[in-house]
Order: sequence, then structure tokens, then C-alpha cells
Amino acid sequence: MFQHLSQFITGAAGHALRGSRTYYAWVGFLCCLIAFGAWGYVHQYQEGLILTGMRDQVMWGFYIGNFTFMVGVAAAAVVLVIPAYIYHWGPIYEIAIIGELLAISAIIMCLSFVAVDVGRPDRALHLFPIVGSPNFPRSLLSWDVMVLNLYLILNVTIVSHLLYSAFFGRKPNNNFVVPLVLLSIPAAVSIHTVTAFLYSGLGGRPFWNASILAPRFLASAFCSGPAIILILLQILRKTAGLQIKNEAIWKIAELMAYAIALNLFFLVAEIFKEFYSDTHHLIHTQYLYFGVGEARGLGMYAWTSVVATVIALVLFIVPATRKNFFTLNVGCVLLYIGVYIEKGIGLVIPGLTPDTLGEIYAYAPTAHEVQVAAGIFGLGFLAFTVMIKIAIPVALGQLVYKAGGPGPDAGAATNDAHGAHVGA
Amino acid sequence: MLTSKPETEPCCEPSGGCSHAKSTETLVSPETLSLNRRNFMKHSAIVAGAAAAAACSSEDLEKFTQRRLRELSQPELKALLIRLEADYKKKFGKDVDVRATPAAEGVKFGYALDLSRCIGCRRCVHACVGENNQSRPNPEGKHNNPIQWIKVLEMEKEKGIDLSDANPYYNPEEVPREGHFYMPVQCQQCENPPCVKVCPVQATWKEPDGIVVIDYEWCIGCRYCMVACPYGARRFNWAEPHLPVDQLNTNTHVLGNRPRPRGVVEKCTFCIQRTRAGRYPACVEICPVGARKFGNMLDPKSEIRAVLESKRVFILKEDLNTQPKFFYFFGI
Repeated sequence: MFQHLSQFITGAAGHALRGSRTYYAWVGFLCCLIAFGAWGYVHQYQEGLILTGMRDQVMWGFYIGNFTFMVGVAAAAVVLVIPAYIYHWGPIYEIAIIGELLAISAIIMCLSFVAVDVGRPDRALHLFPIVGSPNFPRSLLSWDVMVLNLYLILNVTIVSHLLYSAFFGRKPNNNFVVPLVLLSIPAAVSIHTVTAFLYSGLGGRPFWNASILAPRFLASAFCSGPAIILILLQILRKTAGLQIKNEAIWKIAELMAYAIALNLFFLVAEIFKEFYSDTHHLIHTQYLYFGVGEARGLGMYAWTSVVATVIALVLFIVPATRKNFFTLNVGCVLLYIGVYIEKGIGLVIPGLTPDTLGEIYAYAPTAHEVQVAAGIFGLGFLAFTVMIKIAIPVALGQLVYKAGGPGPDAGAATNDAHGAHVGA
Repeated sequence: MLTSKPETEPCCEPSGGCSHAKSTETLVSPETLSLNRRNFMKHSAIVAGAAAAAACSSEDLEKFTQRRLRELSQPELKALLIRLEADYKKKFGKDVDVRATPAAEGVKFGYALDLSRCIGCRRCVHACVGENNQSRPNPEGKHNNPIQWIKVLEMEKEKGIDLSDANPYYNPEEVPREGHFYMPVQCQQCENPPCVKVCPVQATWKEPDGIVVIDYEWCIGCRYCMVACPYGARRFNWAEPHLPVDQLNTNTHVLGNRPRPRGVVEKCTFCIQRTRAGRYPACVEICPVGARKFGNMLDPKSEIRAVLESKRVFILKEDLNTQPKFFYFFGI
């Protein structure tokens, strides 16, 4: 058992270390980004969160915005497995693996964004049972920490099992892995719901205290998550020999069109309620789109988000632009931008501005926050790159264990997933 | 409505200093210390293993494995108080008395503020800062992170109480300003506190006498409580607090005004170190116009009960069902 494990690890690590010049350049770039962010974080660890733009009036900002967005990506990546099953998109395990690796990378980023946001990271263990004192089930943040960690463990388990089996040329144990894959789907929905409840449960914050927040979170996640997956699938079928039919990609795009339309509909429902009722609570929405008084608010970003999402909707609805890979990819990028703003700073900042006593503190992230966030994005991308570099050839049967041979061999590429079986 | 920098600008200097009463009693005797340590280490054996690799000294290890204040037995609590006092002695070169006076039976503290009397002089703000060892302004230092627990809002008489039009940065030559009135806001000591509900690590809770407190040794600094508070009552130590030794109040409570570390949340505790010793909060004592009333709501003869019976009071944001024990009224 342990021998097998070490063979798997050496085989995988060996493959991760070998690659083209582009691969080395990309990994090198990501490592630089991580070092840059880590250096910024060391500085923050020494000086305190005063290096950020956050203050007592706006106590959550860029970090928590990114966290919220990334939870959506993590959730949507896995839910994509459902249509993959229903519509027979071909290599179902491969698609599941890509979705789950994306989810793992997104969760790594989520947890990192929470970690850099707390004032006392040295006390992080207080969040966990036995060693700490989680306020469970009362605190939604306690729920969130728990479901995110469980979700991470779940996805790591599934992917490890699938890849481990493929590496040794065995069929995955369906009795073990299929229930877990099925479980990961409601788990994905629940992580994003819990994250929405974390905001919508606060009576003192009218901008968030809306029952539509959780449905909106899910609708927007089903825009941004698949937008990333669509581009990834195109890259991987060009570079890694993954067989994905055009029809599958177009089908995802069609499903995304529904999600975008639903997301915009929810937005309209909220905008109507706010403006027509015209209560004091409207001021947060005003701050988001127009600014209040001398404070410019987030108008530029908010309108960018709306316009980008609307254009993306058109590109995804019209069959001609949906089936043209150039316009499709433009749509994906626009959608990503639109949701990144909407579920990031566009959610957190107006919820806290003006503060509960009516004061407007115009928060903007400092260069320091952007630096630390860049490091975290670097970490997530690196995790994804390395994992996918190993996973695709293993899943395709190109990287398998050869008993008695010179060891794991990535060079002898066979595209037959089960043909390379060697009893180990 | 106005845009502002995060730093608060003090208006008036406090005329009278707050009293820095030195306590004569100590809860802890050094003899119990060795016993407590043993007991304490046993409790934290689980984390101790994980920490051993990371910790540099036994002192660090002890801090890392410190349990939640509410879970400590009497001897463990005493050991903690001794450790804190030793830490402060080392840091400030002064004897700081850290007590853990518990809530008395049959006591529920309540507060009332007469908006007709308040003149907006902000003496309460500064008396509070002095009494409760808040971080002071430090414009020449590396980071300026002054903390004030009380925020006084200036409002227009014509508009009445309207938070969306309130000005916390008023700075005229003389108060009260023509056509304006003042509304000080601090922790409302809710009976149904949203901040307590959301804390992911149970580092904040409501004491039996109704005071909402924070365990500064347990808070992870996530600031979810600040997000949940509808009254903007909680403050965060964004940088190392700046507390000059000559301004240190050495009469402290472990859940109240003892000097705080960086990265944790703090708030008004009705001056727990004073009120549990039978004294008034510093803000009540300093108020030059007698706008602030305080007492035990369970005592029919208390000042607070007299206000509740003879005046018509209201609470802030009653629709949120936070049930504050901080009442406002118009006395005249």
C-alpha cells in the first residue's frame, strides 16, 4: 500500500516537474506572484491590518469580496458534473476531475482569503472542534468554515481515488466514488448557500438582509464557474489531447444563458424593490451605482458589471455567437468580469457603506491588499496548473505505472485509458 | 451626510481627569500558581503537541494553549490573571491590577441618556478613553489608530433623529451649536445581541448582569461581530494600540479595560471594572449636565428604574429586536 502510494507520488511529482518552456515560464511567473504576495503578507503580519484600506466603518473589503466570489467558482465547477452526466459529454470522469480540481483550487483561495483577513491568524485553531470552540450551529461563519473544509476534503478524496486508480490501471471503485460525486453536488450548492446566509442573516445590514441573496448567489455562480470551465476545456483539448465535443461546449453555453438571464432577472427584482419603495435602505444601492453626495461610490465598477453581463447574455443567447468560439470566449471573459465585480466588491462594500450610523467612509483597497490578493490568485492558479498537469495524462492513461519497467512513464503516450493496464 | 477619514477628530479636551482608583484587594495569591499550571497544562494537552514544534518558549506555548476564559476553573483563571499582570509589568514597567470580579446576583445593568440635556461636549468620549485604556492618537508614530468607544452624533433639530443625516465630526468653537442636538451612541448592551450570535469562536458573550464582553485572548479578529452590530459599537485594533505609560489606567478588569493586543475587537463594557465594584461608569461620572443615568434595573429604588417609570423612553432601531438596555429619553 505505502509502496504504491510512494510510486504514485514520485510518478506524479516527476511529471509535474517536466514540461515545455511555456509551462516552466507560467509556473515561474506564478511562483514570483506568490512570493510577491507572501512578502506583502509578512509585512501585514508584522504591522497589522492597518495596511489595508479597511477601518471600523468598513471592516470587510477586498479580501472578503474575493472570498465570496471564489466560493461561487468552487460551487459551480462541481455542479457542472450534472449536465455532463445527463447529456453524455463523453469522458465523464475527466470532466468531473477538471471540475473538482477547479473547485479544490478555488477553495484553497477561499481559505487563504479568510486567513489573511483575520486579525489573529495565530488563533485560527479556535475555529475548529475539540481544539477550539466553534459557535456551531449559531454562527454562519462557523458553518462556512466547516462546510468549506468538508467540501475540500470531499473533492480531494474523489480526485485522488480516480487518479490513483487510473495510475495503476484499475477501474475506479464505483460503489465508493459515485456516491461521493453525487454528494459533492448538494455540497456545492450548500457552500454557496451558507456563504449567502452569512450576509443575508444580518438584520442590521439592509443591503444584504434580503431572501433573494442566496438565489442570486447561485445564479451568478452558474455564470462565472462555467465561464472558466468553458475556456479551460478549449485549452485542454488543444494542449492535453482531451476529447471534448463542440456540442458539449455549446450545451454548457446554452445552460449558462439561462443562468445569466435568471441572474439579471433577480437583479431587476432587487433594483425595483429598492427604488420603488424608496426607503432609507435605498442609499446602499445608490452608493453602488451612483455614489452619494461627494462620495463617488462604485459607479464605474457597478455599471461595468451590468453592461458586461448584458452583452454576455446576448452573446450566449444568439446561436451564431454562441457557436463561434471567438464571440463565445469574449462572452466568457465579460461574464467573469461582471460576476467578479457583482459578487466581490459590489456586494461587500455597498453593504457596509454608509455604516450603521449613517457615516460614509469611502473604502478602496490599498496597493497592499491587491498585492496579497495577487499572491493568493497565484497560489490558486499554481495549484490548478500542477494538479491538471498530473491529472489529465493520468486520467487519459498516458501516465501509468509500469511494473518492472524503468518506472512511471509519461513519454509512451497511449490514448486508450484502459489499454495500459499492468497488474501491480 | 459627509465623507470622512477614518480617524476621529476630538472636539473638546476633557476638563477633569477620570479617577484611577487603585484596588486594595487581589484575587490571586502566588502560592496557587504551580498547582494551576499543572492543571492548566493537562487541559490543553491536545493542542500542546501540535504547538510544541512551533513554539519557541514555554511562555509562547502557554499563550498558544490558553483556553477560553469562560472554560477556566478558578485556579486557572487566577493563573491567567497573574500571567497578564506580569506581561503588563514587563511592557509598561508598572503594576497593573487585573481583576475578574464576577457579576453579582440580582443585578442587570441599564443605562438611560437624556437627549434634552446632552450638549455634545464629548467629555464622556474622553473620560471613556482614559478610563478604558483605548489606543490614543499617534500622528507622529508609524500608525495612527485612535479608538473611541462613544460616538457623539450631531443632528439638526428640524430633522429630528435621522441617522442618515447625522454628523459625528462636528467641530465648532462652542457646543451646543444653534439648531442642533446631540446623540451619543455606544454599545447598547443588547439582551438579544447579534454580535454574540455571529461570533464563530464564542469569544464574545452576555454576562449574567447583562454586559456584553469579549475574551481578548480568544478573539480571532474576523470582525463578523462588527459587521453584525447595528449600532457601530465595536472597534478593531487595526495596529498595535498606542497607550503611553503615563496615561495607563492600572485598575483593570480582565473582560474590560485591560490593555488589548493588536488584531482583536473591543467595545464599551459599561465600565465593568467600576460598575461591578459599585461605582458609576466613567461617562456617567464626567457628564457635566447629568444627561447620563445608570443603575441596576432589578432594583426598584435605582436611578434607572426611576427614569424608566417617570420618563417615556425609546431605544435605537427597535425593529431589529436587539432589545438594548440603553435607553434614550427627552427629560424636558
